[in-house]
This record gives sequence, C-alpha cells and structure tokens, in this order.
Amino acid sequence: MADSTSSPSTDEAVQRELQRRSRRAFLVGGVAALAGLGGWRWLVTRPAANGTPWPLRGILNANGQLASEYFSNAHLAPVFPRSQAQEPRYNGKVGLGGNFDPAAWRLRVQTDSAGGIRALTLADIQALPRVEMTTELKCIEGWSVVVHWAGARFADFVARYAPAAAEAPYTYLTTPDQQYYVGLDRQSALHPQTLLCYEMNGQPLTLQHGAPLRLVAPVKYGIKYLKRIGSISFPTQRPPDYWAQRGYDWYAGH
Amino acid sequence: MKQLYEKHPLAIRWFHWVNFPLLTLMIWSGLLIYWANDVYRIGWGDTTLLKFFPKSFYQALHVPFRLAEGMALHFFFMWLFAINGVLYVLYTAILGEWRHLLPSRHSLRDAVYVTLYDLGLRKTAPLQGKYNGAQKIAYTLVIIMGVGSLLTGIAIYKPTQFAGLTTALGGYAWARAEHFILTIGYVVFFVIHVAQVVRAGWNNFRSMIAGVGVINGPTPVTRETAKAE
Repeated sequence: MADSTSSPSTDEAVQRELQRRSRRAFLVGGVAALAGLGGWRWLVTRPAANGTPWPLRGILNANGQLASEYFSNAHLAPVFPRSQAQEPRYNGKVGLGGNFDPAAWRLRVQTDSAGGIRALTLADIQALPRVEMTTELKCIEGWSVVVHWAGARFADFVARYAPAAAEAPYTYLTTPDQQYYVGLDRQSALHPQTLLCYEMNGQPLTLQHGAPLRLVAPVKYGIKYLKRIGSISFPTQRPPDYWAQRGYDWYAGH
Repeated sequence: MKQLYEKHPLAIRWFHWVNFPLLTLMIWSGLLIYWANDVYRIGWGDTTLLKFFPKSFYQALHVPFRLAEGMALHFFFMWLFAINGVLYVLYTAILGEWRHLLPSRHSLRDAVYVTLYDLGLRKTAPLQGKYNGAQKIAYTLVIIMGVGSLLTGIAIYKPTQFAGLTTALGGYAWARAEHFILTIGYVVFFVIHVAQVVRAGWNNFRSMIAGVGVINGPTPVTRETAKAE
C-alpha cells in the first residue's frame, strides 16, 4: 500500500508530505468550486431568449433537434381501452374569450406560400376519414389523463385541403382571436395520431374543451393541443408559440 | 510509524465532487417541476402522514411558479449529470476500481454487523477492505439508482418515442412516481452519507479531497490481506 508513495522516513516527514498534498488538493478544489459557482452565475444571468437564459434555450432547441432525428411515424403513443377514458380537467382558457358563435365559425387555411386562403366548415373536416383513438393527454404540469378522441388525421386534412403545404417545414395554428398560438414541426403535425378533433369521449367538443375544432397531438404536451382553431398556416420559418415565448421548450415533444 | 497511502484515485474524486453539484441541481430543478403537480404523499384514504411537500417548504425555498425554469435547467444539466455518471461507471469498470465497490457474498452480513457496530450494539467491526459491507452496498445501490433515474427520466421525457420503456415501467404516471421516489432515495442517501462522513472524521474526509490516506503502524489487516494469509 505505502509503496506507491515516496516513503518519508519519520513521522514529521510524513506529516509534512500530508500537509503539502492536502494544501494543494484543497487549493485546486477551492478554485474548482469557485469556477463552478462562477459558471452557474454566468449561466443564470445570460440575457433571456424567449423567457429563459440563451444557453438554456440553446440546449432546449438542440434537444428538440436531436428528438426529431429519431422521431418516427412508426413510434406511436400507447393506446388504451376506451373504458379508461376520463373527462380531462378544464385547463387553459387563453384564446377562448369573447362572444363566440360556433355556428358562424370557419377554419381559415392558408393553403400555399402565395397566400391563398380557404375557409372551411366543420362539415368539410368531418368529410375526411373519421379516426377514433384513446390516448393519454400529458400536461406539461405533470398530470396525465386518458381521453377518447374522434376527428380527422391532420395528414389527411393537409392532403385534401392544402396539398401544396405537404412539404412545409412548420405548421402554425391560432385561435380566432389570435390570443393563443402554437407552432409544430412538420413531422409531428403529420404524425398519424395528430388529429383535428371534433369529439371527446363520444360527445361533440364543449366550448371549454375547444369547440368546434381542436388539435390533438399525443406526440406533444397538452400545451400544443390548441383549442378552438381559427387559422392554420404553413410557414417556412419556425413560428412563435405561446408557451415557448414564456420560457418553455418550443418543441415540447414526446 | 505513520505511513501515507494512495486511497482515492484522482478521477474518482473528480467524478464524486462534480456529481455533487450536478445532482443537487437536478434535484432542485426537479423540485421546481414537481411543484406544478405535487400529488405524492405517504398515507392512506383521507389520512396523510407526510405530504410532498408542505406549502411552507415551497415558500421557504421560493419554489412556486418556476416550472419553465425548472424544465430548462433539468434538460440542460441532465446531459452533464448523465455524462459524469457514465464516465464514472466506465472508469471503475475498466480500471478495476469496481473490485473495491461491488458487494461480495459477505457484504450483506458485514453490513448488518457494521450497522450494529455503528449503533453501539456490537463490540467489533468486521474486517473490511477499502469499503465496508454497508458502504459497498450503498455505493453500488446509488449507481443503480442513477441508472434508474436515467431510465425513468427518459420514460417521462419521451413517452412516445420510448413507449416500450414507459409501458415496461408501468406507464407514464408510474414512471413519474418512480422518478420521484428515486430522488427521495438520493436525499436519504445524502443524509446518511454526510452523517457517516462526520463520524469517520477528518482524515477520512481529507482523503476524498487529497486522495491520500494516513495510517499508524504497519499495513492494517483487511479482509483481502487476511484472506491472503
């Protein structure tokens, strides 16, 4: 054991050697601790990019980039027996204010980059193949609830009503009053479980839950499930996102 | 006569002391996240023995309404925490340090004896190598817990892309609970660990910083050397 150290001959010499090594180690440790603290101060005092210090924002974006590398349409969110479906809590009312008349509602779709606009009715959406699924809604707050949804695949909607936008890198959805808005990457928007939803647990959507049409995207947190969709467009640049501007991850994907 | 010996390799000391602030930050940012849905408790029916966590606890630490900040920190430091942990495991595996750390067939019995000895219920401590049986079990268990935190963390971070993992862990809500329980485990580990370090005294603590240990007289008898005789 002792042969790995130069073996001083007396207790005093041993003590001196011990003190020398301790001093050096505590000095290095102290400097390292200060460097760590300095690094932390530096990190949390960086100017904010959308509500979070820019290095943290950079890593959030890089994590999203990495996630989209292994994202696959073959990876499906687990589905559950319909009997497990429950009523989700009413969470988030931004964009649901004002006097809203579902009967007069039209979905405004920007069908191409030239700015062509198409106004669709709920019947137009319901004319698309109907899809039902029971998936778990995961709120970014940490709770989750199994819900039965019915609607049209977003991919089918694009193919029918906005085929020119099928290759667009982003999708942008807003409420009619544009108070709430959500950005999606192309892969997530076209995922087979991403729905334009008009029924929840066998009933037409209530106003609280986004009547007449809401987004359901099990590959994302609930913050992306925009209620009362007013307009859909397909920008070439990454669009803003309500919660991403308030410090959350833009990608927010599962 | 006093002698010095090399006790803790430099790399191990760095892994240990780098891990300490990283794990602290992971727990802190995890707490900021957990606050937004703080549903766990110890109790049954309407009886709650311990709520995670009382309002006063959150307020004392200024936890409320910092979910976004917590997530940004958590998904930043997770990389450093994971990389440091993987390097530690690789180091111990490749350079043989695992021989001191992995429990042997004696460890469980030794751990019981050591615990009794520490509590003053037994006169002698069992022979030991670098670490006693209780330490071997604790230091190995905490690494397994680290692996568990990574797996349960991935399961709740990407529950669709890694749906198989999430389902294997009992589903999304269970994986989140397991992630939380492991975190409580680290806090328990920390309390016992610090108490034992205080008990063991200055020489022991210094060896985790300077790497060098000091002994009086000839090389002490350990389980390893006793076996060799």
